[in-house]
Amino acid sequence: MPRVMSVAIAFLIAVLARPVAAADAVNPDADFKAFRDYFTKRFPNVPLNDFVNGPYSMDAELRKQWQAIDDFPPYDFAIDRGKQMFATPFKNGKFYGDCFPNQGIGIRQNYPYFDDKTGEIVTLELALNRCREANGEAPYSYVKDEMASLTAYMAFTSRGKPFDIKIPDDPRALAAFEKGEQYFYTRRGQLNFSCASCHVQLPGEHIRTEVLAPALGILAAMPIYRSEWNGMGTISRRFVTCNSQVRGVPLPPQDELYRDVEYFLSYMSNGLPIAGPGARP
Amino acid sequence: MRCGRKTAQIAVIFASLVLGEAPFADGIVSAQTPVPPGQALAFDRSKGNCLTCHEIRGGNAPGNVGPPLADMKPRFPDRNELAAIIFDETKRNPLSVMPPFGRNLILTHEEIESVIDFLYTR
Repeated sequence: MPRVMSVAIAFLIAVLARPVAAADAVNPDADFKAFRDYFTKRFPNVPLNDFVNGPYSMDAELRKQWQAIDDFPPYDFAIDRGKQMFATPFKNGKFYGDCFPNQGIGIRQNYPYFDDKTGEIVTLELALNRCREANGEAPYSYVKDEMASLTAYMAFTSRGKPFDIKIPDDPRALAAFEKGEQYFYTRRGQLNFSCASCHVQLPGEHIRTEVLAPALGILAAMPIYRSEWNGMGTISRRFVTCNSQVRGVPLPPQDELYRDVEYFLSYMSNGLPIAGPGARP
Repeated sequence: MRCGRKTAQIAVIFASLVLGEAPFADGIVSAQTPVPPGQALAFDRSKGNCLTCHEIRGGNAPGNVGPPLADMKPRFPDRNELAAIIFDETKRNPLSVMPPFGRNLILTHEEIESVIDFLYTR
């Protein structure tokens, strides 16, 4: 009971810290600090960079099981496939790499970014499909293996690089951040959960045998191989599945709001290393 | 009537053995004895799903988000208090993550009463 109380109090402090800091205007810096402080104070024994390992950072037994399979990671096939896709030209002779800075190598930590020409948030998944369409190819499903293979390879070439999400002083960028933040903290679905219910209030706790992951660093290991899914999952797939699991109505993958949530969450993880692709139970 | 229900349950168990599936909702240790309806609701992932967050005697692999559901009768002598918690705990504690089973129509009033009958045996 004292543990539950202290969790509730810590959460209240975290929640109250936001409006105080952002009473007049959106203040990503203040929110970043409150968010970071909440997790590091609640889990003083977890090294900052270890949060990207999700449930393994919270549970020693689970970490052992993960390390036991890590010699032959279940996502290897996705990296290989993504690498091959990057090396294969489109029908017009161009490559994925031609759509990205540095040929798409080692850049995952910069996504999503705010595009000041269109005023919208561009995620890596969105940029990949726009690349395909610009080169006369049909877009891939955002929740299936082809997209996961591409992002797996791009994440793999970026491992260890710290998240570097920028929020320029542009009202549209600030609005996107704020909308993503609101979505993250809003309860929904028949089961009445927000994203934060599980990933801010309850990281490390068990729902049946599953260990809930902390929101800090939660996108750094994407895409992930999930044993539960028996396959790879993109960030889009993760968001859609979360909404379904609380018996809410998922948004279409890469909906503007989902991109805003990704922008918010990734900014909150600034400085933490890319660790994708990952493996989860 | 009792006899008929028991025969039906045995038939279900037999059919599920033939089909190779767990006889009742997951989380139940043994299907040797008839499962009270409240227990089936409490363990079923699509209904009460109490086991996902609470330890309950007789349930496999429980979660630990909420307190263990034990000694329920002495802890909640007032049945209405327990019913109110299951109906909508966020009314009492806005930060609770417990789904509002009654308010959001996850369980009917009859099903909530049935779950309480079962919890009073724990």
